[in-house]
Amino acid sequence: MELGSINPVLLISALLLASTPILLAAMGELVVEKSGVLNLGVEGMMIVGAVAGFIAAVESGSPALGFLAAAAAAAVLALLFGVLTQVLLSNQVATGLGLTLFGLGISSLMGQGYVGVRPPASPRLELPVLSELPILGPVLFNQHALVYLSLALVVGVWWYLRSTRSGLILRAVGESHEAAHALGYSVLGTRLAAIAFGGALAGLGGACLSLVIVPQWTEGMTAGRGWIALAIVVFGSWRAWRVLLGAYLFGGVSVLQLNLQAAGIAIPVELLSMSPYLITILVLVIISSDKRRAQANAPNSLGRTFHASG
Amino acid sequence: MRLTRSGERSMLRVEERPYTRKLGENMTKIVLLAAAAAMSLGLPAFGGSHGDGPVKAGFVYVGPIGDGGWTYEHHQGLLAVEEHFGDKVETVYQESVPEGADAERAMTQMALQGADIIFTTSFGYMDPTINVAANFPDVKFEHATGYKRADNVSTYSARFYEGRAVQGHIAGKMTKTNKIGYIASYPIPEVIRGINSAYIHAKKANPDVEMSVIWVYTWFDPPKEADAAKALIDNGVDVVLQHTDSTAPQAAAAEAGVISFGQASDMSEYAPLPRVSSIIDNWAPYYIARVQAVMDGTWESVDTWDGIGPGMVEIGEITDAVPADVKAEAEALRDAIGSGEYHAFTGPLNKQDGSPWLAEGETADDGTLVGMNFYVEGITGEIPN
Repeated sequence: MELGSINPVLLISALLLASTPILLAAMGELVVEKSGVLNLGVEGMMIVGAVAGFIAAVESGSPALGFLAAAAAAAVLALLFGVLTQVLLSNQVATGLGLTLFGLGISSLMGQGYVGVRPPASPRLELPVLSELPILGPVLFNQHALVYLSLALVVGVWWYLRSTRSGLILRAVGESHEAAHALGYSVLGTRLAAIAFGGALAGLGGACLSLVIVPQWTEGMTAGRGWIALAIVVFGSWRAWRVLLGAYLFGGVSVLQLNLQAAGIAIPVELLSMSPYLITILVLVIISSDKRRAQANAPNSLGRTFHASG
Repeated sequence: MRLTRSGERSMLRVEERPYTRKLGENMTKIVLLAAAAAMSLGLPAFGGSHGDGPVKAGFVYVGPIGDGGWTYEHHQGLLAVEEHFGDKVETVYQESVPEGADAERAMTQMALQGADIIFTTSFGYMDPTINVAANFPDVKFEHATGYKRADNVSTYSARFYEGRAVQGHIAGKMTKTNKIGYIASYPIPEVIRGINSAYIHAKKANPDVEMSVIWVYTWFDPPKEADAAKALIDNGVDVVLQHTDSTAPQAAAAEAGVISFGQASDMSEYAPLPRVSSIIDNWAPYYIARVQAVMDGTWESVDTWDGIGPGMVEIGEITDAVPADVKAEAEALRDAIGSGEYHAFTGPLNKQDGSPWLAEGETADDGTLVGMNFYVEGITGEIPN
C-alpha cells in the first residue's frame, strides 16, 4: 500500500506516546481489580492528575515535580474512594461514578487560573549514542521518559502479580477475601494500597496528557480516556501483557487513522474513525476467546464488599 | 473421545464456579453501563442570579465553558446578558451535554425549572430542540447553526466562512511547504463551507497549495485534536486550521513551530506564534437582543445568519508574524466581505467533480450554502457521509 507522506519513524514515535496515558491508567486499574476492587473513577483520577501535574509543573518549572504531584494528587483522590468503599462499605459502582464526577468538577475548579498557560517543556529522553542510530534510534531511544516508565511498569506489574509473595496475597484477596482474611492477611490494607497505586498511575496518565501530549490545561481534557482504560482491562482479561497490547492497539490505530487521513489515503473516513474501537475489541476478544480461561482470570471477589466480621 | 471429555470438564468447571462466570460476563456489562451512565450524566453545573420575576434564560453547551473556544464564547454571551440586564434576568446553563437524546433531558429540565428562553448551542441539538419545543409551546427556543424552525424555535448562526476566507488567504501566503491542514469535526454543511472557503482563498493566494483534511468526529477532545494536528504536521503541513473547539491544536502547532489560527475564540494566549489570527464568534449582541425581545413580548421565530458586517464574526488581530503586505491584503479582504462588496463564494467555481457551480461573477445563494454538501474543485479526498 502506498503510504504517501507518512514517515514510519515519526508515526511509531507518535503512537508510542499516544498510547501511554491509557496504558498507565489501565495498568493501575488492573492491579486494583486484581485486588477485588472495581474503581470506576479512573476518568476522575486521570483528570485530577492532569490538572495537579500541570499546576505543579507550572509553579515549580519542573515537569518531574509535576508528574510526582499528579501521582500524589490522584492517589489521594483514590484513597478517598478507598475509605468510602472499604471502610465505610459504600457501593463501589456508585462511588466510582461519583469519583469521576467529583474529579471532573474539582479539576475545573483547580484549573481556573491555568487555562491558556504554557507548561515547561518535558524534553524527550535522548540516550547518548543510542539515539543517534538510524531508524532504531528515534523509535526506541528517543522517547519521553514516561513511555519507558510505562513499559517498565507493565513488566513490573506482571512480575509482581506472578512471582512475588505480596502479589500472591493481593490476588488471594481479590479471589476470595474471606479466605485471605481467615489466613490472617489484611484485606483492607492490601486493597487500600492497590487503590492508591491505581490512582497514582491514573494520575500519571492524566499528567502525560496535560504536560506532554497536548501540552496545556483544558477542562475535561481526558475526554473519556479513563473509560477506555477500564474497558481495556476487561477486554484484556486482567492480564498485563494483553492490557499492553490493548492500549497500544487503541492508541496506535487512533494515531494511524489520523495519519492515513492526513496523507490522503483513499479509505472511507467512517471506517478509519471506527477502527480504533473495532480493532482493539476484536483482537482482545479473539485472543481471550477461550472463555473458561478468560473468566477464571476475572477476580472472584471483584466489586464485592468485605467486612471483617462477615 | 478427547473432545467430549474436555467438553465435559469445562462444563463441570463452570458449574463449580458460578461466580466466575457471572462476574466475567457482568463485568463487561457493568463497565459499559457505567461508562454510558457517566457520559450521559455529564457535568451539571448551574449558576445564576435571583431577583423579582426576572426573565430566565437557559443555555445548553456541548463542551465545558473552559474549552477556550466555542463554548467559552457562548458563555461570554451569557455573561454579557447578565451584565446588561442585571437582576432583571436569571441565567442557568449546563455544560458538556452530549448531542443526541440526552440533550432533550437537559432542555426539558431547564424548561421545567421555568426558563423563558433556552439557547441550544450546537448543531447536534437540532432535533432534540424541535422535540422539546413541541412540549413547551410557551418557552422560546434558539438553536445555533441549525436549519429547523418552529413557532417557538428560532435559528441563529454566524457566517464563519467569511472569516475562513481571510484565514485561507493568510494560510496560502504563509505556507512554505505548500501544504495546509484542516482539522474538521463532523461532515455538516457549516464545516464543509469553512473548508471550501479556506481552500478557495488559499488557492487564490498560492496556486500550488494543497490541503489535507482530517475528520476527527468530535467537537471537543483535546488529546485527539492534538494528535490530529501532529499527524498533519508529520505529513508536511506547516499551516493548521481547525474546526474543533479546544486550543489543543494551538499547543501542538506551537511545539512544532508551525502556524495556526484561533477558532471560535481569539485564543490570543498563543499569539503571536503559532496563532497568527483568529475567527471570534461574538454572540453577546444577539443574546441580549433576544432576551430583550422576550422581556418586551416581541419575540418571534426568526432565522439569523450574520457575518463580519454586523459583527457576529470578528477577525482577531493579525500578528506581526505575518508580513505587512499579507496582513494588509487580509484586512482588505475582511473589509470587502464586511461591506458586502465581495462574497466569499464568487464564481467562477466548479464542484469537486468538475461540474460547474458558479459562473464568472456569480455568488452563492444562501440556500445552497445552508445545505452545502460538496467540495469545490481542487480539494482531494471525499466528504464522509
